[in-house]
Amino acid sequence: MDLILEGFKKAFWLLISFDPEVLGITLLSVKVSGSATLISLVIGITVGASVALTRFPGRRIVVSMINTGMALPPVVVGLFVTISLWRNGPLGVLGILYTPLAMIVAQAIIATPIVTGITLAAVQQLPGKLRLQILALGATRLQMLWILIREAKLSLLAAVMAGFGGVISEVGASIMVGGNIKGYSRVLTTATVMETSRGNFDVAIALSIILLLLAYLINLVLTQVQQRERPR
Amino acid sequence: MSHQPVFEARDLHVIRGGSLILKIPSLVVSEGEILVLIGPNGAGKSTLLQTLSALLKPTRGYISFRGRRIGSDIPLLAYRRRLAMVLQEPLLFDTTVYNNVASGLKIRGVKKDEIEPVVAKTLARFGISHLRDRSARTLSGGEARRTSIARAFATNPEVLLLDEPFSALDPVMRETLLEDLERVLKETRITTIFVTHDRMEALRLASRLGVMNSGEILQTGSPELVMNHPVNEFVASLVGVENILAGKVIRGNKGTSLVSVSGKEIEAPGDLSLEEEVSLCIRPENVLISNMGSGDTSGTANRFSASVERITPMGPYQKVHLNCGFPLATFVTGCSLSALCIAEGSTVLASFDTMAVHVIRKGQPVDAR
Repeated sequence: MDLILEGFKKAFWLLISFDPEVLGITLLSVKVSGSATLISLVIGITVGASVALTRFPGRRIVVSMINTGMALPPVVVGLFVTISLWRNGPLGVLGILYTPLAMIVAQAIIATPIVTGITLAAVQQLPGKLRLQILALGATRLQMLWILIREAKLSLLAAVMAGFGGVISEVGASIMVGGNIKGYSRVLTTATVMETSRGNFDVAIALSIILLLLAYLINLVLTQVQQRERPR
Repeated sequence: MSHQPVFEARDLHVIRGGSLILKIPSLVVSEGEILVLIGPNGAGKSTLLQTLSALLKPTRGYISFRGRRIGSDIPLLAYRRRLAMVLQEPLLFDTTVYNNVASGLKIRGVKKDEIEPVVAKTLARFGISHLRDRSARTLSGGEARRTSIARAFATNPEVLLLDEPFSALDPVMRETLLEDLERVLKETRITTIFVTHDRMEALRLASRLGVMNSGEILQTGSPELVMNHPVNEFVASLVGVENILAGKVIRGNKGTSLVSVSGKEIEAPGDLSLEEEVSLCIRPENVLISNMGSGDTSGTANRFSASVERITPMGPYQKVHLNCGFPLATFVTGCSLSALCIAEGSTVLASFDTMAVHVIRKGQPVDAR
């Protein structure tokens, strides 16, 4: 019990003192997961909406693959990104293994199927004749896609929340491709794992609280937007 | 009204899932015309509208717009931007009424300051200026329809295509909207193709009426022509001819013919061939009933003693089903029915003029125009 209490005390202190190391870790977490979410939004919304709006042979297989991808285990992603970026790997020449960039790549791979799957479902849920109406208003195909995405914005906010939530909380891929290097590629989750393994529960608790707060604050903002837009 | 063709469709075929769902050998729509297409569900009305608006590619045939073939002489996008289409559901965007009405103009890249006066004028024209800043999600069914029609008008289209825009509205709302649309169409003189399965709606708006079934246009013409001279029994029943009687010509007499229907003789206009099998169409509003021995119907060739089989209330009037040896239906107001003391089982005199009989000749070629 004392251990937990001490942990909370320490956490509180670290939080109010704006500990530079903790602050750096937090900022990097936001930077890496935020960038990965942005990339996943660009790819996921484009692919999800395109698959939702087109009919082609093997479409069901593609949809099943996207849905399976939503449950992609981060360690599996971490493994394949590590192999790909390894010195002798196919993308080894890039020399980005154990860098925040590699973490962004891995996290984007985790978040993209989530965003794609939710976008696909959201666009499919729109009234079938809406596409006809948009085209009848004189829209180009690209304008139609943009309007449909705007119409599905409530569900797409859920995609942002799910995508960001998925990557800010993952540890497997980040530790494998980032290496948890102090002051360089250490993020909240990898730091928590390390401090726990060292027995520094107070620091681990502090980092966990920050992680939870961060996830909560970002989701709070998105939820506010979503609920304001909710149909009454 | 000028008669320059706006649309000209030739040999139009649409095949879907291996079935021919639209087959239009020829359709011409002139400038300023309001062509109303009626037909049952699945008649191909919406498919025709979608094909005309280039939202659906015909399997065969072509459409010309002001003499230029769409797709080859006019790019599809440029063509679509000269039309406006309103579908059955309002399909409004999740934004304000203003933004909805402005959407077509925004899509065309019209500048913001030019959009404002156009939208304001359109909102006023459809009586929805007060809804300007309301979210489309909070509108009632009627308000949403108004907004969707206003959205179509805002782009100042050369042709307006309306696909049952008033379906699923209550009668009061439908009537108000119909009045407004009628007024705006008169003001703007815009070429319009209006699809409906409501006969009354069709008659209110049409300058030309078309009847469709199974992907084909069976007849087009002035509303009066189609209503009174249907080309076949299907068109007749669709335009409200309640009495369609099969008979055989037994005698001719200087511009009229006598047709035997269930053993009774009906005088019909025209010199018909003896023994020819025909269908006689008599609109119920052209059938008069009176008490036996009263009223002067002596000048009317077709007079029959009839028993009243059934009386069905039809809102402002009553539908009286008669048995004259053949079935005959007529419409009578409730007041007239009371004044004549007519009830089910009564015997009355049913009469109709020779010229009120329209003859459909079996096996004769039909001019659908």
